[in-house]
Amino acid sequence: MNNEQGFMRALKCRECGREYPLMATHVCEFDFGPLEVVYDYDRIKRTLTVPAIQSRPNSMWRYRELLPVASDPTVGLQVGFTPLVKADRLAKRLGIRELWIKNDTVNYPSLSFKDRVVSVALSRAKELGFDTVACASTGNLANSVAANAASAGLKAYVFIPSDLEQGKILNSLIYGATVIGIKGHYDEVNRLCAEIAGKFGWAFVNVNMRPYYAEGSKSMGYEIMEQLRWRVPKHTVVCMASGSLLTKIQKSYQEFIKLGLVPETDYQIHGAQATGCSPISTAQKAGLDFFKPVKPNTIAKSLAIGTPADGFYALKAMKETGGSAEDITDDEIRQAIRLLAECEGIFAETAGGVTVGVAKKLIAAGKIPANASAVLCITGNGLKTMDAVNGHVGHPREIKPSLREFEALVASDERWAGRQD
Amino acid sequence: MAKNVRIPTPLRKLTNNEEVVQIKAATIGEAIVELQSRYPGIKERLVDDNGEVRRFVNVYVNEEDIRFLKNQQTPLRDGDEISIIPAIAGG
Repeated sequence: MNNEQGFMRALKCRECGREYPLMATHVCEFDFGPLEVVYDYDRIKRTLTVPAIQSRPNSMWRYRELLPVASDPTVGLQVGFTPLVKADRLAKRLGIRELWIKNDTVNYPSLSFKDRVVSVALSRAKELGFDTVACASTGNLANSVAANAASAGLKAYVFIPSDLEQGKILNSLIYGATVIGIKGHYDEVNRLCAEIAGKFGWAFVNVNMRPYYAEGSKSMGYEIMEQLRWRVPKHTVVCMASGSLLTKIQKSYQEFIKLGLVPETDYQIHGAQATGCSPISTAQKAGLDFFKPVKPNTIAKSLAIGTPADGFYALKAMKETGGSAEDITDDEIRQAIRLLAECEGIFAETAGGVTVGVAKKLIAAGKIPANASAVLCITGNGLKTMDAVNGHVGHPREIKPSLREFEALVASDERWAGRQD
Repeated sequence: MAKNVRIPTPLRKLTNNEEVVQIKAATIGEAIVELQSRYPGIKERLVDDNGEVRRFVNVYVNEEDIRFLKNQQTPLRDGDEISIIPAIAGG
């Protein structure tokens, strides 16, 4: 065993297959294709067994052999193992037999699935000797990099579109990170960061650390399978920004099947976008295997990526599994956020609304059959995007501190309810 | 006055580590031909066998993606700034 590599073998270009050493590098020098970590599955199979996993702490690191760090992780040891909630009330409203919510609104420490990718990226960055980390972000990633860098004692620079939700901005500033607001949309932030990453010797989690970073998303899929008592869900609905999470959920299912941890079964992975930024779902619905970039305009800012880097692979994953894609309007997103909150007591951010609303549409269209079972991946917390629903959820009803006023209020409600019957 | 092309790190081995090179081409398509004549091998890194810009290569003229302009027919004017950037992941 090589101590420098752990269970990893190399980085490999997804386009042409050229291999590279396990450094901080993200694109193939030949064709700019994304690099992906290749593992030694024969060795992994020897130690990653069901009893071994069950004996480990309840965090994403219980699948450590399948995460790209050379030795034990050092950042984000408590991340993951979020609840998988059986959502009976929402199932009834959506018209499906069985429904589960993978609830990453309560992921630790920054309340989104991004803690998964960041704990991997920062653990690996420390292994490679970096003392400064950075990211281009639509908000959640910035929050997670800022929080995890603070606890790891790393310096952090986060780059965001300057018009982000207040909650997302504050949730980066509070940890002492240097926050740079760019006057432009995420794709422009991304372009600038690609140029900055080439000049400054930092660990940019979604640029030069991307091969490691992206693998962290697989832990969401591993947890879903373990929490379903070691099986692959028949249907999974995942929201898409760059499309990376969807492809990594597929990879997690493939890996567990390959390692014999779950029985081989048929499964479908479906993709969800907001209509105001829907390059991937538009291409999927048109039967294309390439997408046309768009300029985003949606309240689902965390999904507002008009040039999705993993769009091709997300389309491929949906095609391979027989999944479908759909998109919904801003009003439908707000309604879906409310529906999830009222049925299950879970307050998701706009991206979660997109996932729930698209699931509703796919069930209504029969693309997810009514007698099936489905898992919805809910990726971020609604407390961070309150601007999106502010003014759409009513107001508190004010009264004086008087029992008489309260009784009058209840009586008027009862009269109103009587009229409705 | 010419147009400036910013060369990304993975391609600088071909340009003798030049970060910015000046070209005279009148369109993006011509720019690729001109770069190839000065830095042999650079063309196949940017376009595929069908002559299309590779799907993980993004080309910008003055910060605008050429797919929102006229792709390889996008005209270039003196002083334009061209960037070649790999697609990067979400956030």
